[in-house]
Amino acid sequence: MPGKLKAKIVAGRHLPVMDRASDLTDAFVEVKFGNTTFKTDVCPKSLNPQWNSEWFKFEVDDEDLQDEPLQITVLDHDTYSANDAIGKVYIDIDPLLYSEAASVISGWFPIYDTIHGIRGEINVIVKVELFNDLNRFRQSSCGVKFFCTTCIPQCYRATLVHGFVEELVVNEDPEYQWIDRIRTPRASNEARQRLISLMSGELQRKIGLKVLEMGGNAVVGYLQCFDLEGESGLVVRAIGTACTLDKLSSGSAPNTNTHMHPNTAPASNACNSPSKDGKESPLAHGCRSTHNSPVHSVCSSQRLSQNFSVSVPTLIFTGMGSGGSAGKEAGPLRTLLRQQTQTALEQRGASSSGLLLNAREFPFFTLTSFPPGFLLHVGGVVSARSVKLLDRIHNPALGNTRSYKLLDWNSVTADEPETRDAWWEEIRQEIKSHARALGCHAVVGYSESTSICEEVCILSASGTAAILNPRYMREGCLDIGCTDHRFEEPSPPNCGFCHIPYDELNMPFPAQLTYCYHCRRQKVPDVLFTTIDLPSEAAVAGKGCLIQARLCRLKKKAQGEANATAISNLLPFMEYELHTQLMNKLKLRSMNALFGLHIQISVGENMLLGLASATGVYLTALPAPGGIQIAGKTPGDLSSEHISSIQKRINDTIAVNKELYQINPPELAEEGVGSPIPEPRHRSRLFRSHSESSDELSELDLSHGKKDAFVLEIDDTDAVEDIHSLLIDAPPPTGFYSCNTENMPGISNWTSGVQMFTSVRVLRLSNANLTNQGLNKIFTDLCENLLKSFYFKLRSMIPCCLCHLNFTVAVPEEELIQVTVTAVAMTYDKEQTQEKTAEKPINKGSLEAEEQLQFPLELCADSSSSNIQTASKISGVGESTNMSPRVSSLERCSPLQEGRSRSLRSSRSFGGSSVTVVKMTPLSFLPGTRIIKYLGIINMFFIRETTSLREEGGVSGFLHSFIAEVFAMVRAHVAALGGNAVVSYSMKECVFMENPNKNQAQCLINVSGDAVICISETDQESSASTANTGQTGGSETDGAT
Amino acid sequence: MSVELDVFVGNTTIMDEEVYQLWLDGYTVNDAVKVRMEGGVMDECEASKDVLLSDTMDQYRTFQMCERLLHSPAKLANQLLFQIPPHRQIMLIERYYAFDDTFVREVLGKKLSKGTKKDLDDISAKTSVTLKSCRRQFDNFKRVFKVVEELKGPLVENIRQHFLLSDKLARDYAAIVFFANNRFETGKRKLQYLSFQDFAFCAGQLISNWTVGAVDNMVEDMDVDLDKEFLQELKELKILITDKDLLDQHKSLVCTALRGKTKVFIEMEGSFKNLSRGLINIAAKLTNTKDVRFSLKKKKKKKKNIYIYIYIYIHK
Repeated sequence: MPGKLKAKIVAGRHLPVMDRASDLTDAFVEVKFGNTTFKTDVCPKSLNPQWNSEWFKFEVDDEDLQDEPLQITVLDHDTYSANDAIGKVYIDIDPLLYSEAASVISGWFPIYDTIHGIRGEINVIVKVELFNDLNRFRQSSCGVKFFCTTCIPQCYRATLVHGFVEELVVNEDPEYQWIDRIRTPRASNEARQRLISLMSGELQRKIGLKVLEMGGNAVVGYLQCFDLEGESGLVVRAIGTACTLDKLSSGSAPNTNTHMHPNTAPASNACNSPSKDGKESPLAHGCRSTHNSPVHSVCSSQRLSQNFSVSVPTLIFTGMGSGGSAGKEAGPLRTLLRQQTQTALEQRGASSSGLLLNAREFPFFTLTSFPPGFLLHVGGVVSARSVKLLDRIHNPALGNTRSYKLLDWNSVTADEPETRDAWWEEIRQEIKSHARALGCHAVVGYSESTSICEEVCILSASGTAAILNPRYMREGCLDIGCTDHRFEEPSPPNCGFCHIPYDELNMPFPAQLTYCYHCRRQKVPDVLFTTIDLPSEAAVAGKGCLIQARLCRLKKKAQGEANATAISNLLPFMEYELHTQLMNKLKLRSMNALFGLHIQISVGENMLLGLASATGVYLTALPAPGGIQIAGKTPGDLSSEHISSIQKRINDTIAVNKELYQINPPELAEEGVGSPIPEPRHRSRLFRSHSESSDELSELDLSHGKKDAFVLEIDDTDAVEDIHSLLIDAPPPTGFYSCNTENMPGISNWTSGVQMFTSVRVLRLSNANLTNQGLNKIFTDLCENLLKSFYFKLRSMIPCCLCHLNFTVAVPEEELIQVTVTAVAMTYDKEQTQEKTAEKPINKGSLEAEEQLQFPLELCADSSSSNIQTASKISGVGESTNMSPRVSSLERCSPLQEGRSRSLRSSRSFGGSSVTVVKMTPLSFLPGTRIIKYLGIINMFFIRETTSLREEGGVSGFLHSFIAEVFAMVRAHVAALGGNAVVSYSMKECVFMENPNKNQAQCLINVSGDAVICISETDQESSASTANTGQTGGSETDGAT
Repeated sequence: MSVELDVFVGNTTIMDEEVYQLWLDGYTVNDAVKVRMEGGVMDECEASKDVLLSDTMDQYRTFQMCERLLHSPAKLANQLLFQIPPHRQIMLIERYYAFDDTFVREVLGKKLSKGTKKDLDDISAKTSVTLKSCRRQFDNFKRVFKVVEELKGPLVENIRQHFLLSDKLARDYAAIVFFANNRFETGKRKLQYLSFQDFAFCAGQLISNWTVGAVDNMVEDMDVDLDKEFLQELKELKILITDKDLLDQHKSLVCTALRGKTKVFIEMEGSFKNLSRGLINIAAKLTNTKDVRFSLKKKKKKKKNIYIYIYIYIHK
């Protein structure tokens, strides 16, 4: 009996009128946890009842505490007939289970009914008393912290990064149970909400157990998803990165060391399950990058040997080989190295479980930004997709015996052929082998997703192949703004990650390599694609921008395997085309790298939709991108005049874009090391030669065939269309920038204006005879128009940047296309951007360099190179001065979007405004503030249904109020935890179904995020502010020009 | 191909004041889009008509959802559904309760009943205020009237606290409530030239000087009903016309008080006797409640007379 849950119902307000006769309500409350229910007294004839109940006490296992939500039902007492339900509140008590988070949940919660929406509010206080040392209870994992944030959370430091954790649970969907035919929609919706709440609780607990097993205490980058598979069930799955986090004492300079500890992943089942009916269409998006060792010289042999002694033991148990251990920091002391070795041994001893000797199954990391220096090299995007048929879930082992009880697929014996686990296992193996092909030992920025239509399901996974630095990194260096290291002449941290990790002579795909434009020592690819955020230390020129590739493909309607085959046949073509589009658009913007790449392929009955979003950047370490050249395939086809006019338009667009994004790469002083670096002005000539020799030197990925990305051939009208569509993308209006990553390349001086928003648009295709081309146009326009709408609506925030633009596409019905977007608009200070260049480079202290070497190597790369980085980074002892002070941005922690312009007429008092302002953002930080406490994860699932669609303002009115209600409930929960903001907020699911003929609609929304307390930074040094934001997401990157 | 669904929801509710005004003025979405296009927002952000339409629809939906809360403005501050910054809340309320002087002039003094509501389309045609806007304004009057009807304490203060209105607007509403309660007819042809603000001023004076509340400030309906005792006492003023000395004294006092303060001073001075007689005759008859309604309107014939009332009161 390890826990006592106490709840007290204080009062209600704004209740709906339940008794028509008196225009009043006789309300009482039922409080339920597990199977225990308590009731309050009836508070007669009041719309603002005061119950002030006693403390209701539940004595429960901590396992239940983790799984179950506290369920509060408000009812209207009726003497003669059944009591009418007014609505419910589900409170996830997980945040109360670890000491560092919230200690009490207290506040006003909206009373939610799945049919009527929010109906008044209720004031509740919830507390938990835990009796025992939690960690002894192996079935529960109380105390493990969860973060949605995909970087090391602010105010924590990672002492160890253990690696990938995953889990999934399956159950029957209550909506498809036989009982659903006889129960009310309300009952069915509530059963579903409750079940999903239970399942996510269970899932979280199980992941927590795995983390404890690995010796960690937290999950960062926790990503939980639902697969609503209809008849075949409901899957809740989650992935994350297990870490050991230490809380930083507030105020002290973040001094965060991160250490990779890759070998303790749980032993995963061997991938022995053949996919019978599924076709796989994996594609590795190779994106070139350097390789390390053979090229550049090692500084000191002595150091090399020292390093070897450290990395060798690692080799044994990682199974992945290679000491990627050479430091960027020059001349580490011998004593430190000794320490290092020692610690390595201790570490291993400490976590001596049998697992350690296993090869690390999946060296995956859901994190997207890392402490500087953590990421050594980036290989490129790796992704895998697989098409599955869902009806096979009814396998004999489970049969129809699956009851209402929760079933864990992992508990089923591993030789079960078609479990969801095995499916994902396959895909992860695939990813892993792709990463290896790129010479990488890890996958970062990893994510998984599904798209389901009827019984067909596309499973997708993608990430970025990378080589990680196994050393501890001191995050403190962020404080001092290592972003500015680029100003030191040969400064590897800002280009190191661009260097190719694979062997030049044995490249996985043909790529054009040049010497790095920064250090001139190592090879870099001409283009780099990644799924991660731009590393904070990367050197960029100008601003970044959102780049999207959109694609529609019609497909014949089919059933079963034929359908699955058709889809999987289409997938490679879609990926190829999306890739080509991305590449062309990148060139058109005169950029050479993509970050945050996310490719979504959505399946509908008669079409497939593909949407790739990424943030384009000009990395100064990479060669200047070439232009785009138009060529007629047969000169007679189209008049050369036509071609030259198109060519002119393209050239003009490139010039305009260069201007727009302020891409003025620094002039290269010298053509050192004899690298074949083309000067920008020679570009066009170079191109031509490329196209001539395109057989040998293809610009595109191997996986995508032989077509040269630079040269667009106009061989038919389709191609003309393609080029037109290229040019359609309107640049954002003046004062706006957009990106889909955590940090906007080139902008870091945020002011306090923050506006998070969600927008949903559904398009009905009325024309039955649409061609691929026509569909593409419609889809592209849909996305473009959405963006235009955002710019227009947010025009009052100019200058501002739309960050973390997250587009989700779906095909809910045959002729419907749904696009859901969540993003945040943030204002920035225009003036300071221009001053940026004046900033002084600031060096890390030498002390830091020492500290970085105090820790052991445990993760090592397969590649045999021992010395990865250019070892000659000069860690000069700079004064740790601040950067240029952030001026206006740090006014009060203004809760308002209009924070800049308000308070002119605040003379009138608003009596008793008790509503806490809660900011929400999909980013991991809030500009101008510092997160002082993480209160726990917010993971909420809501269903809303209506049978009076017209009366609620049609589909738009219905969804508008539902989304507003979801926001309100998230805010209320955060406020009740004592928080004032949600970071890393995301809307994972927004499933909308309608039946206008029956005047009905239903919508499911799943949202998640981290509840936090943040405080204004007004009193902080400006450097600290940069540090904090930088620490969370590497989020502040200066635009070097 | 058609847009089936299109919504945009911000964590902080986004509201455009211009669109809000159009919504309040009763424009349809399409008309509002036209007005906005003419206003030149499109150039501001390279928007197209579709963008404008989508934005206008979103805003209209938001306002409709907010309208319920605006009916009891105090709720707006502690509701959870919309996160609206306080200064925006004030703006929303103030604008929602704002009214057209031409419209209020038509309904001033009328009973705020269903019957009057039915005539709103005529008023709408006459004042060229859209019917939708007329309804909103009328419902606002009625709502304020109903709420303050049952409250004790000063009228203006009650309105201000309950509806979180500015002082000016609260005073205007107090005037409307006062007129509606006493059913002073303002529609007579002779009174046509008077604007609402003229009446509002009268109402303000009456409330602060003539009502029950002016004497005792903890009575019910204190600021809405005239003080009967006071009216009774007005009878005694007859002496001011019957007694020559007093008449002269009265005149000199009034003239001293008003000299230089009104443009029609000379005119007033010249015809003081007639004016005074007229007024005092009315005042003397005010005890008869039925007459109150009739006579008061006459008193308001000329704005300058108001000064005289004040004087009368002071004099007493």
